[in-house]
Amino acid sequence: MKTDGIAERPLAGRLRELGYDMGRIAETFKELRKKGDKGLVTFITAGDPDLDTTAEIIRELEASGADFLELGIPFSDPMADGPTIQLASERALAGGATLARILETVRTVRKDTRIPIILMGYYNPVFAYGTERFVADAVDAGVDGVILVDLPPEEAAAEGLTPLAREKGLDVIFLLAPTSDEGRIGKVVKSGRGFLYYVSVTGVTGARKEVSASLDREVERVRNATGLPLVVGFGISDPGQAGAVAVLGDGVVVGSALVKLFEQYRGNELKQRVRGFVSGLKAGISSAAAREKNEL
Amino acid sequence: MKLPDKQGHFGQFGGRYVPETLMPILTELEKAYAHYKGDREFKEEFAYYLKEYVGRPNPLYFAEKLTKRLGGARIYLKREDLNHTGAHKINNTIGQGLLAKRMGKKRVIAETGAGQHGVATATIAALFGMECEVFMGEEDIRRQSLNVFRMKLLGATVTPVTAGTATLKDAMNEALRNWVTYVQTTFYVIGTTAGPHPYPMMVRDFQSVIGKEAKLQHERAEKRLPDYLVAAVGGGSNSLGLFYPFLDDEEVKLIGVEAAGYGIETGKHAAPLCAGRVGVLHGNKTYLLQDDDGQIAFAHSISAGLDYPGVGPEHAWLKDTGRADYVSVTDEEAMEGFRVLTQEEGILPALESSHAIAHVLKLAPTLPQDKTIVVCLSGRGDKDIHTVADQMGVKL
Repeated sequence: MKTDGIAERPLAGRLRELGYDMGRIAETFKELRKKGDKGLVTFITAGDPDLDTTAEIIRELEASGADFLELGIPFSDPMADGPTIQLASERALAGGATLARILETVRTVRKDTRIPIILMGYYNPVFAYGTERFVADAVDAGVDGVILVDLPPEEAAAEGLTPLAREKGLDVIFLLAPTSDEGRIGKVVKSGRGFLYYVSVTGVTGARKEVSASLDREVERVRNATGLPLVVGFGISDPGQAGAVAVLGDGVVVGSALVKLFEQYRGNELKQRVRGFVSGLKAGISSAAAREKNEL
Repeated sequence: MKLPDKQGHFGQFGGRYVPETLMPILTELEKAYAHYKGDREFKEEFAYYLKEYVGRPNPLYFAEKLTKRLGGARIYLKREDLNHTGAHKINNTIGQGLLAKRMGKKRVIAETGAGQHGVATATIAALFGMECEVFMGEEDIRRQSLNVFRMKLLGATVTPVTAGTATLKDAMNEALRNWVTYVQTTFYVIGTTAGPHPYPMMVRDFQSVIGKEAKLQHERAEKRLPDYLVAAVGGGSNSLGLFYPFLDDEEVKLIGVEAAGYGIETGKHAAPLCAGRVGVLHGNKTYLLQDDDGQIAFAHSISAGLDYPGVGPEHAWLKDTGRADYVSVTDEEAMEGFRVLTQEEGILPALESSHAIAHVLKLAPTLPQDKTIVVCLSGRGDKDIHTVADQMGVKL
């Protein structure tokens, strides 16, 4: 494929390329940096247990201090997920969630929220929807980024996702892992937009009691290779961990521990539990960030 | 053109659709395989085990009684059922086991449906002194209790998978999850020509011994190439193993037989090439059973080894290019294939292979007597006795 020069791209893409017209993701990181704070990235599965709940929870997350939202697209065969998110996907599919309906939910929520929304999932539902149509509809609905865990940069380019997304202003976010060597880091860093997602463990998603002892060195390795914001995820479940991990990069992802609440609670009680958990996480992160700033 | 290309694509199919954690490991595997594929010592050791341990070459048996009964083309059976462990699966596990050994991996994992690949992996783990864990759907554990016990006797841990449909696809999800977790120490022995690159290519190469032998043996018997090759297609390893050495011989017709289950029209089948759509699952792009939203659909087949909603990417490519034809036979027709071969030739075929036989029952009578058909008898039917008895209403 011919790589087109900046001048041949439509205006929005061109401005973006030149650093104007920052998206919500970049703007949010900029604000956090200005405040000396770190980002809290929250993950929930869209449609768990139904999309009306999802809409309400998104507003609740924003109000409770979450800086970013990863919204899971449920898939029948989630091969990179542990039991918690597998079950959430099953609940969401049983509740009738589809990619088209998820985009409608984002469109509705977007009217009264400004939290950056990143769709996260597996490639097949996107491929079935139509990759080009997905990019157009996602941007139109107010989606800011996309993470497809089984679509590494090579295939994302071959599928046409990365060039299309770049043109329309949708950030395609890639992951790095403890197994990533220098060659992989270089390749992934070049393809990624928005932020880089560092997977802190070799394994599937799921809350863990402890984080890897060598995590700071691993994260440092990636930080040195990129100017993109770096968030760390997989296995983080409480405010102490969240704070300790967030200061290694620009933010921290909490997924399974939050999704767990959906197993036990419904309605107003779910909202209250989410509020309590998320505001606790954010407080843990902000105080760790403040401590780090004072030490410097 | 030699396929796959460097990125593991067969046309639009194949590729490497996996979490980033696995990318460096797949590159390492690809490099190791590329190296040892041309390594004399590796090739000699592989050939040694195929001959002395598996018992190759196995016969290409002229099924004279079956041929007479059908009154058409001459039927040859490629007797993979006579291999050690009773199916073609061992050809591939020997190859991957030798590779794992050279890569310094002490632990192997595998997914299994019918249990044949699980047994073949547990066997080489015992042989090469490796730890072995096999993931198997709970539903399949029930259907294939004999093979489960065999794996345990061989020292493997059999881990039941209860997620999703509790069959082969879910076992593969769980094996992938385990691999992502223990990737530095573990070698994932994939049992079919599917999964991320380089697996579809590697498994095909290890299984192509089937077709290479069949070609020589047919040449000896008939002084020419066969007219038809027929083999069952689940993931597609026995069929591709038979087809691959004949791909450039355009005059040889290739027919893959998928499982139609209760019938394609019922939607309860395992025939993605005949009735599926293109999508991405388990690391590769291929034909899949799925709904309009890209959710993977339940597969159904009487045969646990064919009960999978996807198919190897090279088959998808052979279908689209028209080089191979894909047909399907129902559970009921497969049972008829099982009965006829057992009664005519005294050979109990696996229910997977019974699908290929069932198609031959239809095809052979339509052909003149000077034509030949080579059928891959991929495995023996002992493991399926309980299912067969169930079908016939017999209590064992």
